[in-house]
Amino acid sequence: MSHVIQDRPVRSATPATLTRGGLPRWAPAGIAALSAALGCGIGLAADLHSKVQWGLLAAILFVLITYTASSVVENRRQAKDRVATSMVWVCFVLAVVPLLSLIWTTVSRGLKVLDAYFLTHSMKGVVGFQPGGGVYHALLGTIEQVLLATLIAAPIGLLTAVYLVEYGRGSLAKAVTFFVDVMTGIPSIVAGLFILTTWNLMLGFGPSGFAGSMALAILMMPVVVRSTEEMLKLVPNELREASLALGVPKWRTILKVVLPTAIGGIATGVMLAVARITGETAPIMLLVFGSQLINNNPFEGAQSSLPLYIWEQYKVGSADSYDRAWAAALVLIAFVMILNLVARGIARWKAPKTGR
Amino acid sequence: MAKRIDVSGLSAFYGNHKAIDDISMTIEPRSVTAFIGPSGCGKSTFLRTLNRMHEVTPGGRVEGKVLLDDENLYGANVDPVAVRRTVGMVFQRPNPFPTMSIFDNVAAGLRLNGTVKKSELGDVVERSLKGANLWNEVKDRLNKPGSGLSGGQQQRLCIARAIAVEPQVLLMDEPCSALDPISTLAIEDLIGELKERFTIVIVTHNMQQAARVSDRTAFFNLAAVGQPGKLIEIDETERIFSNPSVQATEDYISGRFG
Repeated sequence: MSHVIQDRPVRSATPATLTRGGLPRWAPAGIAALSAALGCGIGLAADLHSKVQWGLLAAILFVLITYTASSVVENRRQAKDRVATSMVWVCFVLAVVPLLSLIWTTVSRGLKVLDAYFLTHSMKGVVGFQPGGGVYHALLGTIEQVLLATLIAAPIGLLTAVYLVEYGRGSLAKAVTFFVDVMTGIPSIVAGLFILTTWNLMLGFGPSGFAGSMALAILMMPVVVRSTEEMLKLVPNELREASLALGVPKWRTILKVVLPTAIGGIATGVMLAVARITGETAPIMLLVFGSQLINNNPFEGAQSSLPLYIWEQYKVGSADSYDRAWAAALVLIAFVMILNLVARGIARWKAPKTGR
Repeated sequence: MAKRIDVSGLSAFYGNHKAIDDISMTIEPRSVTAFIGPSGCGKSTFLRTLNRMHEVTPGGRVEGKVLLDDENLYGANVDPVAVRRTVGMVFQRPNPFPTMSIFDNVAAGLRLNGTVKKSELGDVVERSLKGANLWNEVKDRLNKPGSGLSGGQQQRLCIARAIAVEPQVLLMDEPCSALDPISTLAIEDLIGELKERFTIVIVTHNMQQAARVSDRTAFFNLAAVGQPGKLIEIDETERIFSNPSVQATEDYISGRFG
């Protein structure tokens, strides 16, 4: 009885040899080209109309061929590894294609009327379905509204995050976190309606850029709080302790040590929030009302903004207004992208230095 | 300059957990006192109660008295910020401020407290870096970031930063545990020089280090995991390492622990 176990042969985990068959270095690229060609071929042969179907076919073929080739030439573990890698590539391409297509469409259609005249003139005296006119009033409106919204939301959001990370304990902090989460989910139209009822209907103010900024600030605040909170949590506790142990008061520690260490991430977070609200249309429509004329004063009278301008122009429905809408969309994308680049610049410039 | 520390009946808590129990000891001015003992016995916690850093930890709470000369650190109207200016601290891992240059790191304590004129700042920084034996290595790159230095240099930078505010007492929490033997030697030499000016308390896991640098040694132990740490004995370092009065100390020092 007791000797039975010993009789069983033990399978060793050590392989007999350390070498194995391998696909050449160019195999993934080759398989990708092959499956793309096959995808197009099958698409043509089966007379599939949509190019999306061709692409999906190619993607599926890519994964399948990779697995087959690898399990024939190499072993199963290697095949699984290659399948995982090829899936990641497929997902990457699936994610990037819409982005590139969007940028391509906007740039190719937007460049038609985009010039210095377009950027420096308003729609004053231009009939909607005729050529001419420009985007200056909308660009100005967007800049002013977004700036005001940032001036309101960034300090409040920053201070809230500092409270939550550095001071907040117990039920108040939990409640604040909960309501910030709730605020993240507020639809922009609801924020617009809230300001409309309080500021415009109850207090009796007319439409203005500032009213729009307040609605945008409501949308921006939770994003700033969340991102700043995460950045502050990343600051090592040792730095706070080092500063406190030098006899630096807590508020100075936060101001001079914690915030400077996290400033790069905070700037990026604020800029992402700015990018989010720059494209908002609904609250602008309700509160800023839209205008064809230049209005420098965000505190009085209707203004325009880029998203609203795009919507208006597209609604007119003539070829010239379509051109203006696409050009304005390009301006909007460029505006957000420049803001992002600025934020990255700040982040790099302010980031903790590691050089010798 | 240096002050005497007189601890009586000190217990420290994390929430409801008692970390150290009823510790009393006297730490002489201008001397080096080493704390040794197994991990989790409360050496670092006790050290942090000496400059009120323990209460920075959420749930941290202290009972008992710590007299600095004749002033109770835990008295009614004592400002913890003032305590920390008097009792400086060096941590286990070097932690220079990453956004600041070498110069700014050393000047940080003074600048953030606003206690020194700009014109004097350069002198104080030079004196502190010389005091930490780092001046010759960094004098040509004071404007470079402190995080570019080696680990041992960073730790000496942190010591320079701590002594720049001219504290009375310097607490060191395993200052050499992240360093190589040569950097450790540099710091140990430095401790020997610093004790002329400061009262130094050092926590260490390295018993040879305790024997080399300290005048007096305190041995901490805990009865079991989860139990509070206790002070077993404190005596002249020579006696602790040659002829301790408690058996547990001898067991720990000779490696027959547990």
